[in-house]
Amino acid sequence: MSGISSDSIWLDRGRCRTGSPNKVFCMHTHRPVNLALTKFSFPLAAIASITHRVTGVALFVGVAALLYLLDIALASDEGFAAAQSLLAQPLIKLVFIAILAALTFHIVAGVKHLLLDFHIGDSVGAAKIGAQISIVVTIVIVAAAGVWLW
Amino acid sequence: MVNNVMSLSRSGLKDFVIQRATAVVLALYVFCIVGFYLANPGMDRATLLGYFSSLPMKVFSIMAVLATVAHAWIGMWTVGTDYIREHYFGAHATTFRVVYQVGCLLVLFVYALWGIDIFWRL
Repeated sequence: MSGISSDSIWLDRGRCRTGSPNKVFCMHTHRPVNLALTKFSFPLAAIASITHRVTGVALFVGVAALLYLLDIALASDEGFAAAQSLLAQPLIKLVFIAILAALTFHIVAGVKHLLLDFHIGDSVGAAKIGAQISIVVTIVIVAAAGVWLW
Repeated sequence: MVNNVMSLSRSGLKDFVIQRATAVVLALYVFCIVGFYLANPGMDRATLLGYFSSLPMKVFSIMAVLATVAHAWIGMWTVGTDYIREHYFGAHATTFRVVYQVGCLLVLFVYALWGIDIFWRL
């Protein structure tokens, strides 16, 4: 891309007016891009979808905390006691429950995703119901786990 | 321009299948652990140790570690290639994306070694 302005994009030759081998620079990106994300009204299925993604990234970080707790709890009796006292601290307990909440939603939305792969519930109406079910199921599980663990 | 050089299998379809296969393994693993936890209220370390040191559970745990690494890599790669591109990040987007990807790979490499160590030494 060296020597080419960052205001430019590359398109496949088939979509360009100027013929040249491979890919050619042929278009400016000063066209209006309407992505006023804060002004969109997203359907519930879209919110569930992005939440699935956000919880996935959160779990990428959260796995470290879970591995650490399991590591010390399995390593020695002192470690097991240390893990217990760590999880007894309100802030850490809150973070732990947040990780469990992310995991719960990620699994519930993931099961929904597998059903969608088989074209179960992938119509517009069913997608909304699926999103509603996955949110409600997550809230119920996390509420129960929160009460149990707190 | 974003390409699939750094995707797990360099095939969107193969990544798609691996993402789902590892998801099933991970969901089953989580169900097992949660079931074990619920079946053993007021758990002590001996119970925990006994559960994770059985051979089937060691195999399952290490399978889950490897599934986590593959699943997370496909997911983080997808997120990175969706957002870290010229449209949002300007001319140096590819540099940023490669740095992000290498960072993710380093973290996942640590998770792999750490996870295998935790379960294999039991």
